Amino acid sequence: MKFLKNIFGKAEDKPRGVSEKGILVFHHTSEVIEAEALLREAGLDVRVMGPPPEIQTGCDMVIEFPIMHQLQALDILEEKRIKPIQVTAVQDHLLEPVSLFNVKDFGDYLMVRAANMKITVDKKSLEIVNVSGGGCPDVPFLAGQLVGRRLHEAPEPRKYGRTLCGYSLQLAYEEMKRRCPG
Amino acid sequence: MSWLIAGTVPEENFPLVHGPVEIQDQTLKVEGLDVPVARGTPALAAFTAMTARQMGLPPPQVMLAGDTGDGQGSRVLYAHLVEIMGQLEVEGFTFHYLLPDIYWHNQVLWAIQEKLPSAMLVADAGFMYVAKMSGFAADYDLFTPDIGEMCFLADETAPHPFYTRGFLLEDESRVEEYISRAYTEQNAARHLLVKGEKDYIVRDNLILGSVSEPSVAAMEAIGGTGDSLTGIVTARLMAGEDIPTACLRSALANRYLGVLGRPTPAFSIGDLLPCLAGAMQEAG
Repeated sequence: MKFLKNIFGKAEDKPRGVSEKGILVFHHTSEVIEAEALLREAGLDVRVMGPPPEIQTGCDMVIEFPIMHQLQALDILEEKRIKPIQVTAVQDHLLEPVSLFNVKDFGDYLMVRAANMKITVDKKSLEIVNVSGGGCPDVPFLAGQLVGRRLHEAPEPRKYGRTLCGYSLQLAYEEMKRRCPG
Repeated sequence: MSWLIAGTVPEENFPLVHGPVEIQDQTLKVEGLDVPVARGTPALAAFTAMTARQMGLPPPQVMLAGDTGDGQGSRVLYAHLVEIMGQLEVEGFTFHYLLPDIYWHNQVLWAIQEKLPSAMLVADAGFMYVAKMSGFAADYDLFTPDIGEMCFLADETAPHPFYTRGFLLEDESRVEEYISRAYTEQNAARHLLVKGEKDYIVRDNLILGSVSEPSVAAMEAIGGTGDSLTGIVTARLMAGEDIPTACLRSALANRYLGVLGRPTPAFSIGDLLPCLAGAMQEAG
């Protein structure tokens, strides 16, 4: 196999698949510099770069980061009150996050899905009875933190979530709270 | 066939372990450690072990590491797997809840292709995401996506289901279109088992069959019902069944778990484990 890889090395070098990077866009360069330091300090693999042509807002620098860790990155910045004006995935063109919710009423229970994550609540007690979907390793951990707790007393998924699955669950959780104000 | 299940346990300090797995009283036992069967890879491994036991097979091996989302445990597992690939005596792999990381995905895949080129490759959850992201989806034998993940496979630009473009709505009536699109862009494994109201069994863009009955609505809300299905499929592949047959019987058995367990949306997948033997019998 190594022999073949050597022969076809150029084919392996050819980009394939999709990028696993995201971009954080800020109003001011000072925010970029501070954000880069904070994210780097937290161990994230980040780079300051020029914005791609599709990005029409913000200053003339953006931060490239590993998109799986979007929730962790935003959490770190929020602690220091730094808010990016845009977060996108790096592809040939900009990608926006899923924004549609799917809601299913089981009678005594209500389920909300955002992207690949679902949260289900007992409508009377507002206890979170299930978390399902997703594929990143924080999902089973988040489920352990949320299931069995009341919706308005449970920790927000973003407190412990680290990945895009955790972020999807945060959106589903917020939508559930909106529908079940308690 | 001997098999290795690779995934994570949602505990930060859970060590890297590798060995045959046993199931006792809804607890997974590996290398002297107990792992509760709640959801995720422990649930998948529990259903594989139970199904294997029902079929008179030896248990699968598991390789597990603690990871709560920062990816450290996943990377430890990836590195170890690459390091010992030449010593493994397995004929198939099921990859599951692991942090998507293209570099490590490619190292693992290339190590398998070099050391165990005939091994069967099944991917679900985070490892299925990264298999697609890497551009090597077609090197896999089976993916087991749900409808949201099927849209992600169909979107050639999406790095994660969270970024699936809006025109690919999670509309079950359009599953066949999503399947076709995923194959056209080479973002599907050779076989797909698409989990939904109707489960689809696909080979190379050809829908070989579907299963829609029996149907228990509460199953959709229960965390781990996808893990149980991938777990049952894994055991059936260990038994030497061909992939479409294994998928068809497993989809049926997973549905009978719901019939026999009569769950509410508040059930856990562990509550349904005792129904497995009956469900397998019903599914044939």
